[in-house]
Amino acid sequence: MNKRWLELSVGAMMVAGIAALVALALQVSGGSMSRNVGHYPVSALFENAAGLGPKAKVTMAGVTIGEVVAVGIDPDTLMAEVRMQIYGQINYLSIDSSASILTAGLLGEKYVGITAGAEDDLLGAGDVIEDTQSALILEELIGQFLINLGDK
Amino acid sequence: MLSFVVSCIANLGAVFLHKLVQMGQALLMLLQAIMVQPKASSFARLIQQLYVVGVQSLIIILVSALFIGMVLGLQGFTLLSAYGSEQAVGQMVALTLVRELAPVVAALLFAGRAGSALTAEIGLMKATEQLASLEMFGIDPLHRIVAPRFWAGIISLPILVAIFSLVGIYGGHLVAVEWLGVYSGSYWGNMQQAVDFNEDVLNGMLKALVFAFLISWIALYQGYSCLPTSQGISAATTRTVVYSSLAILGFDFILTALMFGGAV
Repeated sequence: MNKRWLELSVGAMMVAGIAALVALALQVSGGSMSRNVGHYPVSALFENAAGLGPKAKVTMAGVTIGEVVAVGIDPDTLMAEVRMQIYGQINYLSIDSSASILTAGLLGEKYVGITAGAEDDLLGAGDVIEDTQSALILEELIGQFLINLGDK
Repeated sequence: MLSFVVSCIANLGAVFLHKLVQMGQALLMLLQAIMVQPKASSFARLIQQLYVVGVQSLIIILVSALFIGMVLGLQGFTLLSAYGSEQAVGQMVALTLVRELAPVVAALLFAGRAGSALTAEIGLMKATEQLASLEMFGIDPLHRIVAPRFWAGIISLPILVAIFSLVGIYGGHLVAVEWLGVYSGSYWGNMQQAVDFNEDVLNGMLKALVFAFLISWIALYQGYSCLPTSQGISAATTRTVVYSSLAILGFDFILTALMFGGAV
């Protein structure tokens, strides 16, 4: 076998492999590696955080601006404490922003939606969002509906 | 009765010790083969082996990737359209391929296509005493024969897996978008949202690297240690395919559990 042809075909395979990896990075994963641009921690206390877990999205106006890091119980208030990381470039959330737990679609994943407030003071690292709205729990809703139905 | 039990336990111990000795030999063979200063001429031999192990496996990898991607697209579409969410087919195809199917199927094909050939080749070299004559010339067959084949396997399989993933995703695109009419934007868009380069693509590549190591090691050791007869070579080739496949599937579970499970 011709030595040149051998080297050429091996080189072509290498190039194809690297090109495939680049295509996987850009086309398939959408170049989503560039998201470690720094972030700051924020937490919020919810009455009920059912279905929310680490890596859930934090969005504002439907745009992802961070992710949930941990969900735990706050020992003082016995409420669910949701700790989040907000991307560093989103540094204009006011201190009276509100957070609610939303569902994508009827059966979809839970995520946190932030609605901006009106204050001039900004939300900084370690601040707590006070104004929260809990997860919608379908079973409780149906339960209340049945009780209301029974009262009539 | 007691002596029967004792002899059973003794046999068990003998089998275990035998396997342990084999594993030790395999490890020593590998270490001796790769712990060496590469010479200029070893690069040419590596290219030669990359051609045999890698380039010649391309056809089977491309064809199976295309068909597996197309089947995933078809099955995913049928399943997901029952829930009215057939836009998610891109995400399903890409995650299945990148995380699991591409590394595992490519590795299984690689074990059958390249691993068995390596074992048979080295086994025949041993049977025809080519390895022994190399030693007579003062050339270490581990460096000359085993090392370039080992490195060729390690380099080839990750490349083949990357190609497999991409071709499979385009195969899914062919069926889901071109044939069944899923909107192309949601095929790629959902996929790009769901697939993370570090977490999914690079972990898949890491799997490929582990599988490449396992296959090359098993294939080379089986060839190097086989009985130098025609039955011995045939048995060693069979063992290469069986052991490699079992090792791939077993390690795949462990790696998946480490990478994607247990994040609680």
